[in-house]
Amino acid sequence: MSPEKLVMMANQIATFFKTQPGDDAPQKVAAHLNDFWEPRMRAQFFAHVDAGGEGLDPLVLRAAEHVKRPATA
Amino acid sequence: MKDFIIPNDKSFDEKDMGTPARTGKPVHLTIDGAEVTVPAGTSVMRAAAEAGLDIPKLCATDSLEAFGSCRLCVVEIEGRRGTPASCTTPVHDGMVVHTQSDKVRKIRKGVMELYISDHPLDCLTCSANGDCELQDMAGAVGLRDMRYETGENHYSPSLAGMLSKSDRRAQAPEGEANPQYLPCDESNPYFTYDPSKCIVCNRCVRACEEVQGTFALTIEGRGFDSRVSAGTGLDDFLSSDCVSCGACVQACPTATLQEKSVAEMGTPTRSVVTTCAYCGVGCSFKAELQGDQLVRMVPWKHGKANRGHSCVKGRFAYGYADHPDRILSPMIRDSIDEPWREVGWQEALSFAAGKMRGLQEKYGQKSIGVITSSRCTNEETYLVQKLARAVFGNNNTDTCARVCHSPTGYGLGQTFGTSAGTQDFDSVEQTDVIIVIGANPTDAHPVFGSRMKKRLRDGAKLIVIDPRKIDLVKSAHIAANHHLPLRPGTNVAVVSALAHVIVTEGLADEAYIRERCDWDEYLAYAEFISEDRHSPEETQALTGVPAEELRAAARTFATGGNGAIYYGLGVTEHSQGSTTVMGIANLAMLTGNVGRPGVGVNPLRGQNNVQGSCDMGSFPHELPGYRHVKGEEVRDIFQKTWGVEIDPEPGLRIPNMLDAAVDGTFKGLYCQGEDILQSDPDTKHVSAGLAAMECVIVHDLFLNETANYAHVFLPGSTFLEKDGTFTNAERRINRVREVMAPKADYADWEVTQLLANAMGANWSYTHPSEIMAEIALTTPSFAGVTYDVLEEKGSVQWPCNEEHPDGTPLMHVDGFVRGKGRFIVTEYVATEEKTGPRFPLLLTTGRILSQYNVGAQTRRTDNSIWHDEDVLEIHPHDAEVRGLTDGQWVRLASRSGETSLRAKVSDRMSPGVVYTTFHHPDTQANVITTDFSDWATNCPEYKVTAVQVSLSNGPTDWQEEYNAQAERSRRILPAAE
Repeated sequence: MSPEKLVMMANQIATFFKTQPGDDAPQKVAAHLNDFWEPRMRAQFFAHVDAGGEGLDPLVLRAAEHVKRPATA
Repeated sequence: MKDFIIPNDKSFDEKDMGTPARTGKPVHLTIDGAEVTVPAGTSVMRAAAEAGLDIPKLCATDSLEAFGSCRLCVVEIEGRRGTPASCTTPVHDGMVVHTQSDKVRKIRKGVMELYISDHPLDCLTCSANGDCELQDMAGAVGLRDMRYETGENHYSPSLAGMLSKSDRRAQAPEGEANPQYLPCDESNPYFTYDPSKCIVCNRCVRACEEVQGTFALTIEGRGFDSRVSAGTGLDDFLSSDCVSCGACVQACPTATLQEKSVAEMGTPTRSVVTTCAYCGVGCSFKAELQGDQLVRMVPWKHGKANRGHSCVKGRFAYGYADHPDRILSPMIRDSIDEPWREVGWQEALSFAAGKMRGLQEKYGQKSIGVITSSRCTNEETYLVQKLARAVFGNNNTDTCARVCHSPTGYGLGQTFGTSAGTQDFDSVEQTDVIIVIGANPTDAHPVFGSRMKKRLRDGAKLIVIDPRKIDLVKSAHIAANHHLPLRPGTNVAVVSALAHVIVTEGLADEAYIRERCDWDEYLAYAEFISEDRHSPEETQALTGVPAEELRAAARTFATGGNGAIYYGLGVTEHSQGSTTVMGIANLAMLTGNVGRPGVGVNPLRGQNNVQGSCDMGSFPHELPGYRHVKGEEVRDIFQKTWGVEIDPEPGLRIPNMLDAAVDGTFKGLYCQGEDILQSDPDTKHVSAGLAAMECVIVHDLFLNETANYAHVFLPGSTFLEKDGTFTNAERRINRVREVMAPKADYADWEVTQLLANAMGANWSYTHPSEIMAEIALTTPSFAGVTYDVLEEKGSVQWPCNEEHPDGTPLMHVDGFVRGKGRFIVTEYVATEEKTGPRFPLLLTTGRILSQYNVGAQTRRTDNSIWHDEDVLEIHPHDAEVRGLTDGQWVRLASRSGETSLRAKVSDRMSPGVVYTTFHHPDTQANVITTDFSDWATNCPEYKVTAVQVSLSNGPTDWQEEYNAQAERSRRILPAAE
């Protein structure tokens, strides 16, 4: 998946959860990624985050610490 | 192994009771000395039939309200003068009826004599011979002679005598032409109308009105000149408004309206009750056969989804099963550049298994996956996802619901706690206000559309939210009270504006919300939705919906009584598809419209088994029963049953599979009964993904578009060739029964089992009932489902278990499945797909009545007479500024690609919006659509693509290249000797 598409998908998820009440938006974003993103997608996600996370919504970056790192990239 | 079984319970009696059933208080009467008890409102005719006493009839049938025209059903009632028609006379307590007396016998014989005096006596050569009610009634009343001399009549082509056209003696060139004689209308591809055999009983006209709701037929003329007419005198059946549903043919008591297949093959000699394989209504049909030759499909009167009705697809479009394009031998090839090579099953399966295992060894366990089919049975779908999880060892399973109703699963799961519609179809009969949003039931779910129209004619109000003037907005005796023609992509804004009006005008059902929903979440939602920015006045510039109209619609829905929402892919196939589903759930909860008959949230499923394929664990994150794979307890259930370890990580969704294929990490796919190259968005991306795979196994009836990139082709079986179950849009589990043996030797579930075993599994199912037993063992909502239960009850709606042994017609009756209903804030977010100077119009796609999905089935039937190519509907203004006229070739271009097709100028469209279908691979409408998708589920945004339309000379270079590649790919070498 291209980094641009991955960034757009992650930001879409963040855009939804940042509108929800409560202060646990990062956890909700992370839970969604953990529940629906296959490990190699999460591996690509972390590769992008580790490279600086260009284009990612700040909420996604805050969520990253709650996202499960895949056992194998 | 079980043989064919047709339910034979008394409640499934095929007998025509003459008039419809009623549900009033018990009434006691005596008929021919027998004590009879029936509900108040029942006709004397039906009461007699209930007692096993058949009263002769011609114009009455139990699918239609009584008409009282034929006078054959007259009876005598003690204390009442004359001989009333039993069909139009309701029972009352203490009534004493005599169905047989010299007086009524004489009347009936006289009536029959009059009928026969203007009817050809060609029974032996008539296509209805043996299946003709006129013939039966002549026998029943003891008609032995006919006293009237030959005179003016409708049946004889010439004035030479009383011989019919099919009688050779009538072919002598004598006499002048009979001005009353009308030739047979053969314009419809599936049935004929022979006026010479018509007895003007009105059953066809009434069926068209009462059952189908099209009002295409009428009786023209008066007295002796009365004739059935389709439309005006200039119309034949094909050019009329007739939608070819078959209701008139079914209602006709003679050979006047007759299936061509019966005329050609003769009357059927046996029948098997099964379930239609087209849309999500899931109609029950009797497949009527001679031996293993299908003669016709007749809607089954006891089918609880369709109540004896049908549409042109289920009733007539089954010819694809015998189409010469069907591939009946397995085929393999090493490269997609090579021609196909026909091989035996064993070689094909060994080849496929070796390739798939080789890919896993080379690229890893997760390098292969499956796509299950919503056109296949629950049992087949269950096995395909099991193949991924138990044999491939990963969760790379997805289904076509990804591209249609996956947001329904997510949205309703989050709000109500279960991923399904809340009602049964019968519920609509108790609805007072219907919202139809992003759905076109009269085209895509026609049998349910007819039931909805019937309720609308009976007084329910209708709100249509759709960019197009769909037929429900205005058609015969139907007019929407409010049509909100929103701009594509603004569903969330419109649904939120409706909620804003309801909350701010104090129309919310607070008592319901306090009792049934999470009150704190409601308060947060109410605060959010009450903000002025969600008001109709603030959003109208964005949505294009006039504020006053939207306010009026909101008030109608909130105050009009039982409110039900029906929606389709116009809701789900957006970047905010899941958010709109949540918004719809919010609307229903706000107005207290969940948990009783007549209300609810009702997703209209596209394909026949979308609901079932989702139920069966087709999604990569869920095991059967919508339970996430991360749950250890859930995995344990399947690990113990299957004897394998199950991966706790979610697998790849279809778009992710294609992305991974382009990335080089996904290399093999087993695709059963789907054509992702034609149906999925951004065709160029799909083809790139498929081309990057090293083993694509297509298991299908035909060499579809996806097969252009396949290395293994496994011949599929039609729904007529296998046992199993489908689950329709109302969660109804219906039996599919083997009508004929599989033409390619194996049913689809057997092929999946053979492939699994070739890859080292040790599956040993001998019948789909054993697969259902495993589903019931592992999936709580199916715990009470067995084939025996289905035979006994006809069908059941899940959940069907110890708590609900008869199934669950209505969900959330005593509370929501998740506990408290959950209001979710639904912020509108504009799609990334933007119009601009280069692409100023918005394209939305959909389907039409006569074709189905990618058209693989319906294009191979005579249904193409109604739609032989995809066309681009465009508003007259948009056409005029581009210099386009109706029928011209136009170029349709988006940021993803371009194609050419003919224009159809239509004021059904809103200015700025164009529409096309995706039924024909020559057009490949999905080369235009983008890969933008729903934020939660990756469901593609088919409904919003920025496009430009301009004049064209014909097919684009891409289309020509595509067709050339497809032709090369479909070459087949003859089998080795």
